Amino acid sequence: MTTKVTDIRNAIADDVSSRVLPAAFALVFGVFMVWGVGFAQPAEIHNAAHDSRHAFALPCH
Amino acid sequence: MFRRIMMTALIAGALAGVFVWGVQLVTTTPLIAHAEQYEGGVVETGHDHGDTESADDGHSHGDDETWMPDGGLERHGFTLLSSVLMGVGFGFILTAVFALRGIEVDARQGVLWGLGGFAALYVAPALGLPPELPGMMGADVSERQIWWAATAVATAVSLGLIVFGGSVVMRLAGVVIMVIPHVVGAPHPAEFSEGIPAELVAQFAVSSLVTVGLFWIVLGGLVGFFFEKFENA
Repeated sequence: MTTKVTDIRNAIADDVSSRVLPAAFALVFGVFMVWGVGFAQPAEIHNAAHDSRHAFALPCH
Repeated sequence: MFRRIMMTALIAGALAGVFVWGVQLVTTTPLIAHAEQYEGGVVETGHDHGDTESADDGHSHGDDETWMPDGGLERHGFTLLSSVLMGVGFGFILTAVFALRGIEVDARQGVLWGLGGFAALYVAPALGLPPELPGMMGADVSERQIWWAATAVATAVSLGLIVFGGSVVMRLAGVVIMVIPHVVGAPHPAEFSEGIPAELVAQFAVSSLVTVGLFWIVLGGLVGFFFEKFENA
């Protein structure tokens, strides 16, 4: 019984490290990229991404 | 899984970004350049809005000190770059959702997820903050960004509850969460812009809708395709 519980715990730990962590990292990274291209306020970034921001209907000016 | 996510998001996102750049070239970009003529500035150089102060604040176009791409090729180059980065960013988000849910998808299911992304990250926010052309009035940009992001997140969560919620209560909660941002209401400008032809604005709204809709269909399909292809990566 104890062995089984340990097995399940290990399986969950494996799942977290192999699937959940990379996925969470990817989610944060994706949001960061979209924020940088679509929302960041520095004028240079705004001007470079200007036409894409308008096309994607993101609040721009 | 790490390699699988990276390869899927990078390849699918970059391809979808190049695709939507090509679509923008013939749909939205010419209309943006056209609208800039009505901002009262000079249009020959493409993006240079001239010295005329446009009505919106927090906007850098009138500032000669600030870098901006030259018209023509350089401007299109930066639109390509920003489209690819946007595609990769959205590609990471979509791939992350597949991985977090621990589901296997193919290209066909990916398209459905892409349509969900389109609904959450375009259609719902656009209901309150419709696509804008340069020179159009808007409320404070930070307030609009916050409302946009809150509406996008709320719509994504509500779609998840409606589609995957196991009970009637969860589905109803999904509907309520979807409606809340629109009951609160998007920040709107105190006055309206003059000078931009209504025909141009209407054409731009539909061009933007179609462009981004195509983007999400292609992105969803490609993410689904590569996520399946790199199963053992």
